[in-house]
Amino acid sequence: MTATKSLQSDVMGGRSSGLFGWFRRLPPRQREAITGYLFISPFILGFLFFFVLPALTAVYLVFFRWNLISEPQFVGLGNLRNLVTDSLFWQSLKVTSIYTFVSVPLGLIFSFLLALLINTKIRGIAVFRTIYYLPSIVPAVASAVLWAWIFNTEFGLLNVVLKGIGLTRVKWLQEPGWALVAMIIMSLWSVGAAMIVFLAGLQGIPDIYYEAADIDGAGRWHKLRYITIPVMSPVIFFNLIMGLIGAFQVFTAGFLITNGGPQNGTLFLVLHIYRNAFEYLNMGYAAVLSWILFGIITVFSFLVFRYYGRQVYYENV
Amino acid sequence: MAIRQKYLNFERLWRYITVAILVAIAIVMLMPFVWLVSSSLKQQHQIFQFPPQWIPDPVQWDNYVTALTYKPFHIYLRNSLLIIALNEIATLGTASMCAYGFARLRFPGRDFWFAIVIGTMIMPYVVLVVPTFIIFSRLGWIDTFLPLTVPQFFGGGAFYIFLLRQFFRTIPEELADAARIDGANEFEIFWRIMLPLAKPALVTVGIFTFLGSWNDFFGPLIYLNSPDNFTVAVGLASFRGVLATRWELLMAASTAMVIPVIIIFFFAQRYFIRGIVMTGLKG
Repeated sequence: MTATKSLQSDVMGGRSSGLFGWFRRLPPRQREAITGYLFISPFILGFLFFFVLPALTAVYLVFFRWNLISEPQFVGLGNLRNLVTDSLFWQSLKVTSIYTFVSVPLGLIFSFLLALLINTKIRGIAVFRTIYYLPSIVPAVASAVLWAWIFNTEFGLLNVVLKGIGLTRVKWLQEPGWALVAMIIMSLWSVGAAMIVFLAGLQGIPDIYYEAADIDGAGRWHKLRYITIPVMSPVIFFNLIMGLIGAFQVFTAGFLITNGGPQNGTLFLVLHIYRNAFEYLNMGYAAVLSWILFGIITVFSFLVFRYYGRQVYYENV
Repeated sequence: MAIRQKYLNFERLWRYITVAILVAIAIVMLMPFVWLVSSSLKQQHQIFQFPPQWIPDPVQWDNYVTALTYKPFHIYLRNSLLIIALNEIATLGTASMCAYGFARLRFPGRDFWFAIVIGTMIMPYVVLVVPTFIIFSRLGWIDTFLPLTVPQFFGGGAFYIFLLRQFFRTIPEELADAARIDGANEFEIFWRIMLPLAKPALVTVGIFTFLGSWNDFFGPLIYLNSPDNFTVAVGLASFRGVLATRWELLMAASTAMVIPVIIIFFFAQRYFIRGIVMTGLKG
C-alpha cells in the first residue's frame, strides 16, 4: 500500500522518476499493452508449462518405449504398430463408443425433458428442481461406491425394485452387456447440469413467440416442435458437445465399480490408458492411446460443428 | 362456453399429469439417496435382508464412527482441506487477474490469447495426463500436493477465466474511469473497485473450485501414493478395496463425503445455478 501511495504522489507531483518512472513515460497505449500482458501472464505461463510442454512431450513419447526407470528406448513407429495387435485397445474403443453413443443422446433427451418439466409454473417447483439437480453434485467416487451397492445382484436397490414388481433379477455387474447398461443408467442419474443449462435456455425464450403461436392456433406439440426446439438449438448444440467430451473420458465408474470387467465389458479407453501408463508403465504406448482419444474427440466435435452447428438458430444473426 | 369449459378441463388434466410425472421422477431420483442413508444406518446382518428394511431398526449410528476411524479419514480430510485452501487462493487470485485483463484492457494479441483460453476449455484433460505426469515426476513432485495445486496458480483453469471475464464485462467502465482520473493505476482499479464488485462471481468460482478439488479423483489417484497423503476421494476409493462387502460402512463413509457438498449446495444454490448457466460446468 505504501508503495502505491508514494507512486501516486509521484504522479501528483508531476515527477516521473523512481522504479516505475520509465513506465509512466510510455505512451498510454503501450502502457495498457504491458499492463494487459501482466494481467494475463499467469495464463500464458500456465499454457506454456502445463499445455505446450506436455503436448510436445506427448509427441516425443510416441516414438519411445519408456518405463520411467530406465532410459527411453527409440522404437520408431513400434507403438503405433502395437495398436493393431492390442485387442484390449479395440475392445476399449468399442466399449467407449457404445457408452458414448447411447448415453449422450439419452442424457440429452432426458435432461431436455426434465428441463421442460421443471419449467412449468406451479407452486413448489423449486423443490423438484433441487431434487433433479442434486444427484449431479454427488462426488464421482461416492457415487461409484453407492451404485456398486445399488447394482448388487442379491440385495441391491435395483434388483429389489425389479423383484418387487415381479420381474427377475438382473446380474448387473456380472455380465458384460448389463454392466455397460448399468454404467449408462448411472450416467442418466446425474444429468442435472445439462438440465439447468436447458432450463436457463427455456426461460430465455420470449413469451411473445408462444403468444403468436397461440393466435395461430398452435397446440403444445407444434409449439415444442416449431418454437422451443429450434430456438433452443444453440443450447442443445452446447450440451451435445460437452456431453460427448465428457462421455469419451468416462473413467471413475468403470475403474471403481467393475474395474473394467466383466470380460473387459467396461474397459473404457481412459481406463486402458491409465493401466498402460500407471500399472504397466508403458508411457510411450499410453501417449499414443491418449492421442487417439484426442483425435476421436476432435473429429466428433468437428463433425457436430459441421453438420449440426450450421443448422443452429442464432437470434439476431 | 362449452368449448371453453372443455379447454379448461383439459388444462387442468394436463396440469395433474405434469405433477404426477414430476413426483414420479422425483421419487426415482431420490431413491439412491434414501438407499444410501438407509444402508449407512444398518447393522451388518440387516444389509443382507430381503425385502430390505427402509427404516433400519435399530438405527446404527455407530457405523459412522466405525467407518471414519477404520481408516484415518481425519488425515484424508486434513489433506483435502489443505489442497482446497491452496486451490482457492490460486484460482480466485489468478483467474480473476487474467479475466480482468481479457475483459477490460486492450492490447494486441488479446483476442488470440482468449481464443486459446476457449481452446483449452474444450481440450480433454486426460489427453495430457501421461506427459504431465512424466514432467512432474522429473521434478520430483510425485507423492506431494504440488501437482494438484501448483498448476492452479496459473490462471486456475479456463472455465473460471471465462466466467469471470463475462462478469467483468458487465461492470460499467465509468467506475474505472472515475478512479483513473483520481490517479489510480490499473492494478488498484482491479483490486479496489473491480474485485469487490465481482463478489457474486467470485463466490461462484470459489464454490466450483471447492467442489472440483473435493470431488477430484483422477489427480490424487495418480499423484499420491502414500496413505498419509490421500485425499478423502482416494481414501474412500481405497476403503472400498479393503471392505468389499461391508456395505453399511462404505455407505456411511460415502454419506460423510456427500454431506459437505449438499450443505454447500443448499447455502449457495443461486451461485451454483449461475456458474452452470454461464459455463455448463458440472457440480
